[in-house]
Amino acid sequence: MPSQMQYLLDNPERVLELTWDHIQLVGVAILVATAIGVPLGILIHRVRWLQLPVLNLSGLLYTVPSLAFFAILIPYTGIGKTTATTALAVYSLLAIVRNTSAGLDEVDRASVDAANGMGMTAFQRLRLVELPLALPYILTGIRIATVAGISIAAIAAVIGAGGLGRLIFDGIRTVDANRIIAGSIMCILLALIADFGIGRLSLLIRRDLRASAERGS
Amino acid sequence: MLGNKDPLDFIDYIRDNPDKFWTLFNQHMTLVIYAVIIGLVIAVPLAILTSRISWLEKPMTWISNIGQAIPSLAVLALMLPWLGIGFKPSLFALSILAILPIFLNTLVGIQSIDASVVDAANGMGTSDAQLLRMVQLPLAMPFMFAGIQTAVVQSIALATLAAYIGGGGFGDWILQGLAVRNFPILLAGAVPVALLAMAAEILLGGIRRLVVPKGLTVQ
Amino acid sequence: MTYNGILQLNGCLFWKRDCHAFSLLRPTIPSRHPNNEDVVMGKGVCLLLPMITLENVTKIYRADGHTTNAVENVSFTVNEGELAVLIGPSGSGKTTTMRMMNRLEEATSGVISVNGRNIRSMNVVELRRNIGYVIQQGGLFPHFTVAENVSIVPRLLGWNKKRQRQRAEELLALVDLDPSVFADRFPRQLSGGQQQRVGVARALAADAPIILMDEPFGAVDPITRNQLQRWLRQIQRDVRKTIVFVTHDINEAFLLGDRIILMKDGQIQQNGTPADLLRHPASDFVKEFIGDEFALQALEHTYIAELATTEVPAMPDDGLVISGDLSIPEASREITQSESTGHEGFWVSNGNGEPDGYVTYEEFASVISEGIASDVENENRDEINPELIGKENAKPDAISPR
Repeated sequence: MPSQMQYLLDNPERVLELTWDHIQLVGVAILVATAIGVPLGILIHRVRWLQLPVLNLSGLLYTVPSLAFFAILIPYTGIGKTTATTALAVYSLLAIVRNTSAGLDEVDRASVDAANGMGMTAFQRLRLVELPLALPYILTGIRIATVAGISIAAIAAVIGAGGLGRLIFDGIRTVDANRIIAGSIMCILLALIADFGIGRLSLLIRRDLRASAERGS
Repeated sequence: MLGNKDPLDFIDYIRDNPDKFWTLFNQHMTLVIYAVIIGLVIAVPLAILTSRISWLEKPMTWISNIGQAIPSLAVLALMLPWLGIGFKPSLFALSILAILPIFLNTLVGIQSIDASVVDAANGMGTSDAQLLRMVQLPLAMPFMFAGIQTAVVQSIALATLAAYIGGGGFGDWILQGLAVRNFPILLAGAVPVALLAMAAEILLGGIRRLVVPKGLTVQ
Repeated sequence: MTYNGILQLNGCLFWKRDCHAFSLLRPTIPSRHPNNEDVVMGKGVCLLLPMITLENVTKIYRADGHTTNAVENVSFTVNEGELAVLIGPSGSGKTTTMRMMNRLEEATSGVISVNGRNIRSMNVVELRRNIGYVIQQGGLFPHFTVAENVSIVPRLLGWNKKRQRQRAEELLALVDLDPSVFADRFPRQLSGGQQQRVGVARALAADAPIILMDEPFGAVDPITRNQLQRWLRQIQRDVRKTIVFVTHDINEAFLLGDRIILMKDGQIQQNGTPADLLRHPASDFVKEFIGDEFALQALEHTYIAELATTEVPAMPDDGLVISGDLSIPEASREITQSESTGHEGFWVSNGNGEPDGYVTYEEFASVISEGIASDVENENRDEINPELIGKENAKPDAISPR
């Protein structure tokens, strides 16, 4: 085992640099996906007949193999980070939109009625009641998208987007087991940390929300 | 970028290389079908076992959750140091990854069956095999099928990557296209596989709807 | 109740019939068992075999370091053709006891025998196929049609399709569900009461001699429940199965039971006929359980004087005298609160305090159960208000009928 870990030990800066690249790639994509996905989720929650087509379409897009997706985008957005980020964002959209919509559906009818009864505008109700209550679902969607994104971003290395996938592909090309293992382990670690971390975060936020709800604020 | 012409040239490329196209198609689908079958053969009994033995549930679910987070490229790549390249390592990786969705979905399906139905079946004197055959499998079928659907689509995606470790399939053209910077070749690999994946999703979704036992949906 | 009277006589009448009393493993075409009258009149002969016997049965659960004695040293016998009710508050061990009879739970110690054979020595699947099983939630298979549900055990036993279907249709007719309408429907499409009846039909399908019922009518509304109870009584008169029936409702127990086994905390408090419980309650708990739970609203319109026969046996010194203008609920309370005597009935006094009427306890218990049965049909009945059950203020306003 120690010999396989050799690469990590010999090249810590490179590994860290690639890890940071990787995080950036996924991070930007998730941000974009959330910025588009949450409003979209709210939209299809409101406009019922949009639900089926939007969810089906994004579901379908999700099945496209990532490598193929990258490849199809390349004639239009070239190789490199832009293509990767775009594709990642599209993939993440599904989880986020679906979970936002489902989360809003799950909000207790009574709370919505109360909010309306108090004279809140739709926007206020959204901000003060519905979104906070749907937050656990939304966060789950973000978590799923992030973990999947880390996996897909690794593949993006092959189209020049950098990241930990670079290590893996180089390792494959040069038949260097160490590099493959280094890249793989870092990827796995990153995914597990993201999964766990966001999970913890959503727990904390929920506790916070419950506390403030109990305080009546 | 060479071949910066009309991307739709890829259609011509396919037309000009039909043999290669079908070879790649066969390689791709062979990987997928074998992987899903192996996945089924291992995952379904595993799920049935887990549903029967209560202390298995926690560890298995824990392992599955971790398994879901692991990047699939890593799994594929890790085959190289120990199993080399080619069809077998690719199949191995794809099979392992196919087990996960089938296992999870089948388990959920079995657990979703009303406990009183199982109790009544036991009380009436069904043997274990009969309980499975007459009650649990039919009622868990829709879930199991959703798992198969996921496994198939996932395998199609991974088989694309398997080209990198010598597994063949449409990924070959994609990699070739990337290597020589040739759009038509690139797209000749990418578009068919994208369509394949979407077609599989739609087809299997349709079959899944048919597989739901009638008694669960009547009015 | 006459049937129980015969049980209590020390005589045994023998009857020969093509019956499965001798072989648990051979299902037969349904036979009409001689009913009570035949036996009383001496037509034919009957062998009253103990069908199910529990000897010192105990069930202990161990979990996380805690031990719970769910059932403690329970012994009783259910005779063939009897409907035995296991009743008690939650946690009394009644359901666990029943489930040990078809080995859905295994006894920790003690012996359970069916027809003299220790059930431990039998193949568990075969045992269960010879015992009908009805549960509160029905447990119908949602993906089978009603007919397929009913004929499950026949199917497991390997009957051919035609016979399965025939049997299913027979039984659906027996349970008042028109086969032409219901046979090919799915459980989802039926109401709760209908689903319960399918559940009972299913339990009857293989003509198993024993049926276990775990609060089968608990999940439906009170009116449907009452209908189902009366309907089961009727069916039992025809098919005379050996039934073990679990409930927490004393009304149901009195209505349906040939024998009542009252349990608390895993132990038997009393095992006897409904009349026994009324007349010789074994403990304060028994008295309370009957007294507090008895929903006697509907019977408040009936007064003891109406029941009394004029053939009055000579009243001994310690005979119990109940005033004739008491309603049945009041009389019942008096009976359970009074000291038990060795007599078969109580005397009824008229306006002058003279005992000029007599009612046997058998009669009394039977009137009560009939009264509950006719509850729904009684036009004058008040809505049963659960809060008034057992309360002392439930005194009728009507003037004494005399």
